[in-house]
Amino acid sequence: MNAPAARRQFLVDTARMACGVGLLGLGLGLYVKQAKALPPTVFRPPGAGSEQEFLGACVRCGLCVRDCPPQILALAKPEQAIATGTPYFVARRGACEMCEKIPCVKACPTGALDHALTDIAKARMGLAVLVDHETCLNFLGLRCDVCYRVCPLLDRAITLEQHHNERTGHHTIFEPVVHADACTGCGKCEASCVLQESAIKVFPLQMAKGQLGSQYRIGWEEKDKAGGSLVAPDAAHRYNLPEGVQYENGKGLSTAAPPAGQGVDGLAVPNPGANAAPPGGVPPNIPGGGLADRLSGKAPR
Amino acid sequence: MNAIGMAGKRRRANRWLILRRVAQAAILALFLAGPWFGLWIVKGNLNYSYTLDLLPLADPYVLLQSLFAGHVPEKQALVGAAIVAAFYFLVGGRSFCAWVCPLNPVTDFAAWLRGRLGIKGGAHVSRQARFWILGLTLLLALASGSIAWELVNPVSLFHRGLFFGIGLAWTAVLGVFLFDLCVVPRGWCGHLCPVGAFYSLLGRFAMLRVAATRRAACDDCNDCFVVCPEPLVIRTPLKDSAASPVVLSPQCTNCGRCIDVCAKDVFAFGTRFQQAVSPSLGARQTASK
Repeated sequence: MNAPAARRQFLVDTARMACGVGLLGLGLGLYVKQAKALPPTVFRPPGAGSEQEFLGACVRCGLCVRDCPPQILALAKPEQAIATGTPYFVARRGACEMCEKIPCVKACPTGALDHALTDIAKARMGLAVLVDHETCLNFLGLRCDVCYRVCPLLDRAITLEQHHNERTGHHTIFEPVVHADACTGCGKCEASCVLQESAIKVFPLQMAKGQLGSQYRIGWEEKDKAGGSLVAPDAAHRYNLPEGVQYENGKGLSTAAPPAGQGVDGLAVPNPGANAAPPGGVPPNIPGGGLADRLSGKAPR
Repeated sequence: MNAIGMAGKRRRANRWLILRRVAQAAILALFLAGPWFGLWIVKGNLNYSYTLDLLPLADPYVLLQSLFAGHVPEKQALVGAAIVAAFYFLVGGRSFCAWVCPLNPVTDFAAWLRGRLGIKGGAHVSRQARFWILGLTLLLALASGSIAWELVNPVSLFHRGLFFGIGLAWTAVLGVFLFDLCVVPRGWCGHLCPVGAFYSLLGRFAMLRVAATRRAACDDCNDCFVVCPEPLVIRTPLKDSAASPVVLSPQCTNCGRCIDVCAKDVFAFGTRFQQAVSPSLGARQTASK
């Protein structure tokens, strides 16, 4: 073969190869892009960074899977919508037990699970959210409390907030509230919710959390930082209340303490005869039925 | 050759093949002992394994992709990769392909079946394609920030699947088998696989090599060329009497099949500095020069 023909052959071969491999690269590149989207029900072991970082660092060796004491981790198979060979867990099927020594992180040879994570309470695998207020038993007025009880960070990641039960009129609703500053996203609450489909679910952080626009400032925080009002001096709030009645922030309305020896109808003294004439005087500015009686629920409505 | 000699020759006829299968099975057994019998001698898979809580071994190719993706691995992975790299630097990178890779029995079977069924020819894919694909995998890691090749690498899909649940990874294995059987002879290992390409570069200056030390005895029966998965590597050391008798091409997988099949015992394992040994051969070499 003469030199120009050889050169042409070389160029043709090279172009062929570049096209073939380029096509392969295109296909693989598109697949890679899809594989980067982790389904929202799937979570990485503790210490994993963002999905982008994790997929560049994890070598798919499965040592975290092997060293997980409760054996909740698995490596993704090619047919799953998770990057092939990477470790994951599904909270509802088996939640992270938040082992104190974090053996999965220690087993990771590459640091895809960050070895700087030594306190499991600082892990952020996701964030639990009580998504369904309509089926949660506590919202229905029961004392299920299972999510609250199983939470490894009891009273920190989930607290029970009390509300008046409007339906019954005289019960309390104990609403489980998740606190993002403590929740690790271990998924114990989701795993143990007694409902057919869990009312409390763990979501990836970016799905569970809102974010204030960078221009927003929270007034009271700024005020605390500045040590005083930033806009105008605070004016003391004034109430126009009946005589003898006070309002105290946090406690609500109350009557003044009765002077000694004078039997004013007080809140603290239950009156057995609600319809009987009050032994003391009626507050002068309220005709018929004392305000204090109304406040204590004794007066007829 | 007397009868005893013949019997001895026959016994040795598949010596290296049997040894390789034993090695492959032993490695699989070590990895399987944990998940099957709770005997945790080795944890992990070929990408990274931890033996007896002491010896880390990592695939330098995967770690290289991780580096391209922008992640610097922890020390343990780097130590593991250094051990593996040093080992294959000495014994020949592609020894991995013939002695360790779980796909080797699959592609060997495809090649054998191809011969038995008399399937001839096939599509033309350059043997250089694997280096292009190797470059592509590194480029993809760089561009995507993830170890992209591991999503589809049949070698690790298969090996990992055996110990962590195979799922549909068997389709990739079947794909490689059918590709080798019907499309390109020795297509996967000899033309496409970037893992083998990487290890061939790693073993470029390997000490352990096959050498045609008794090439003077060659009777041109062609058995070695037929059986060799990389037939191009044999020609020069066997036929060019001016060249070294050592198979110096980094594509040689040190599988030893040529040693097995040669009726004249031309080939033997040796170092890369091996000389032709037979005195008569020496005379012939001098004569031919």
